[in-house]
Amino acid sequence: MARISVQTEDFDVGAELAALTAGRTDIGGIGCFVGVVRDDKPHDQPDKPIAALTLEHYPAMTLRAITRIVEEAERRWSLLGCTVIHRVGRMEPGANIVLVLAASAHRGAALDATAFLIDWLKTKAPFWKREEFPDGGSSWVEAKEADDAAAARWA
Amino acid sequence: MSGQPFSLTVLWFAWLKERVGTGEETVTPPATVRTVADLMTWLAGLDARHATAFGAGKTIRCAVNQEFADPATVLASGDEVAFFPPVTGG
Repeated sequence: MARISVQTEDFDVGAELAALTAGRTDIGGIGCFVGVVRDDKPHDQPDKPIAALTLEHYPAMTLRAITRIVEEAERRWSLLGCTVIHRVGRMEPGANIVLVLAASAHRGAALDATAFLIDWLKTKAPFWKREEFPDGGSSWVEAKEADDAAAARWA
Repeated sequence: MSGQPFSLTVLWFAWLKERVGTGEETVTPPATVRTVADLMTWLAGLDARHATAFGAGKTIRCAVNQEFADPATVLASGDEVAFFPPVTGG
């Protein structure tokens, strides 16, 4: 039922929404989260935003991990459809990184499932971000305690 | 296979891959290596590159056969063991 994709190409939010609801009349609401590359600034260079993010992943594990997360969402909420698209490779500020859509009969399940899916994607799927700076340097992004806390609230 | 060295595929991701200098290698630890924790200790003693990977004082996560694992996870010949930093996707 769920559409899960890990891809280098961008995604079209409108087209994904249309695909999720095509031919359906039982869906009452769709939660939508779009993650976008933000122009983060290093602490010591507040005037120099990052030039790009590169997303690395563990190909043999990624789909399996996302499938587990989606299955957990389907256990917790009554979903009528779900889409998770995560991009990998190099992306510049403003580019889409991740799309989560969760459809249900009512808004509560759709919105909660969407928040759950992105919180768990950030802490339980094997992706790693590398920041690229304007001077050509780069560094791996450190995991944030706030992300663990966000994921833990669904425990 | 008691007492015999066994074969594992070890994968490295993100900054661990850079420190070790490869993303994938096949290793044949002695039979005394039973768990992920044993493997980490044995790998760290292999050479300077592996030692720096585990000696950075940073949190390292592990997966065995594409499932998240922990230091107590028991290994078997042919397993795929991946080491990586805490994930930062989404």
